[in-house]
Amino acid sequence: MEAPPKSLNHVKHIVLILSGKGGVGKSSVTTQTALTLHAQGYSVGVLDIDLTGPSLPRMFGVEERQVHQSTNGWIPVQVCPKLYLMSLGFLISNRNNSVVWRGPKKTAMIKQFLQDVCWGSESEPLDYLLIDTPPGTSDEHIAIAEELRWANPDGAIIVTTPQQVSTADVRKEINFCNKVNFEVLGIVENMSGFICPYCAECTNIFSSGGGKQLSESLALPYLGNIPIDPSFVELIELQDNNTKGKSLVELYDKCSLKPIMNEIIGKILQKNLPSRI
Amino acid sequence: MSPSIEPTQELNAPEPEHCPGPESDLAGKEDACQGCPNQEICSSNTVKGPDPDLPLINARLSQIDHKILVLSGKGGVGKSTFTSMLSWALAADDSLEVGAMDLDICGPSLPRMLGAEGEGVHQSNSGWSPVYVADNLGLMSIGFMLPDPDSAIIWRGAKKNGLIKQFLKDVNWGEHLDYLVVDTPPGTSDEHLAVTTYMKEVGVDGALIVTTPQEVALLDVRKEIDFCRKAGIKILGLVENMSGFVCPNCKGQSQIFKPTTGGGEQLCKDLNLKFLGSVPLDPRIGACCDHGRCFFDEYPDSPATTAILDVVDALRDQVELDMTKLTLE
Repeated sequence: MEAPPKSLNHVKHIVLILSGKGGVGKSSVTTQTALTLHAQGYSVGVLDIDLTGPSLPRMFGVEERQVHQSTNGWIPVQVCPKLYLMSLGFLISNRNNSVVWRGPKKTAMIKQFLQDVCWGSESEPLDYLLIDTPPGTSDEHIAIAEELRWANPDGAIIVTTPQQVSTADVRKEINFCNKVNFEVLGIVENMSGFICPYCAECTNIFSSGGGKQLSESLALPYLGNIPIDPSFVELIELQDNNTKGKSLVELYDKCSLKPIMNEIIGKILQKNLPSRI
Repeated sequence: MSPSIEPTQELNAPEPEHCPGPESDLAGKEDACQGCPNQEICSSNTVKGPDPDLPLINARLSQIDHKILVLSGKGGVGKSTFTSMLSWALAADDSLEVGAMDLDICGPSLPRMLGAEGEGVHQSNSGWSPVYVADNLGLMSIGFMLPDPDSAIIWRGAKKNGLIKQFLKDVNWGEHLDYLVVDTPPGTSDEHLAVTTYMKEVGVDGALIVTTPQEVALLDVRKEIDFCRKAGIKILGLVENMSGFVCPNCKGQSQIFKPTTGGGEQLCKDLNLKFLGSVPLDPRIGACCDHGRCFFDEYPDSPATTAILDVVDALRDQVELDMTKLTLE
């Protein structure tokens, strides 16, 4: 029997965040999931395998930080105690440079991310490892599926936006999950409605209900919908200069999306999935 | 009958890590090649040398006057939406023959947006015929070749390259095409390298970059601009999508994706690019795309319609003016 990558020995749960479509908010859902789990006292590691467009360093406000090497491998960047992040973004010298890589090189990088990064330790195992993925069903996805084949991940959170153009791509991603035996933990509908700050009228910019319909038609759990909240975008964007020394964790505590995310994550925690170790 | 897809090359095994690419000059000579089962094939002359398909691609593409790539490093910013708008706007001019090509292989959206979902591609002696959504607007997408709309295409890069090559080589656009608009997937990877390599000899007019106003998107878009510069693709201009939203109830304007770093316009100033304009969010755009209808035909009075048509005009000026400059010299 083949063994999972050694770096995952001290990781209790692995959750992937997937979507066939780009720009639906995988990274922002990953960020919020990490913050929500962290707020509930779990230790969380986040791995960004979007190699050509890594957004998570920006999301967590740690763009300037660097990854260090130890005898055991790469040490992920610590965002705050019990919250760690690893992304290709940390390894590129100039943030504007493009990473133009063909498939085999991307596959090698992802392999390295899974095998050479120290996630947790014997004494302090990591509760959750969240893996943020690029859009599509290609090299990165095949690579991660191969690496996790024996690792027994909890499953995948599927993110979609309400419109049919998006759910059509997401169906493909679910098909992919079935093929590689990733359990679908549930579907989240992001960008579901926008509440006008002037008159509190809710407009469905990208229509609505697509995620729910999708989960019903495929008999998958529906985790909930997250409305568009410009204050969250602002919170992310302005954290480096306008936060008066407050960390992202403290800022998110007051965000209107927090109770919504709590409910969504609650549905996953309720499943009480067994720890891997 | 749906056309079959040829394998790219006859390799013994999948490419290894750090493979320099079987077509590259270094094929068979790199460190990674040592011990690779393909080394013999790569280092022999059978695969290397000029690609025998290039003259065929060049012949096909020489019948097309203007080739425009729609690019963005970021996903979901509206590349496909804008491609469909641009195609429709161009095709509204009866004198133009327009083609749209969808290179997003894992998530093809154009068939739905152009209202051609469920159609099939036909193969004939002269190649694959695109699906015509209007008399003068043809569309080619992998979406037409799937057995079931939900089936996932789980392909590695090399296989995607093969299909892109076939799209360029085998699609019969008719005798002459005025515009070919190429929609791409997000990122800077195999698809982008493939299309730029194969189209290099014929030349593309340039790239239209699509972005949304927030920095998280601009970050990826800068990478795409860097890619264009490295690949020698001219950037025709940048359009900012989803900028601002007017509440249909109270007409109050809000910035959903706040341009905290100045948005697309500032980016253009910084990098010395042409800013083609910004298109506001209109919920009806999404609805039209879902149903395959043409947004500006349905809602000619929307501010988004004016904005889109202005961008298209600015883009056409950019492309067609260059042509006149060329003939003057």
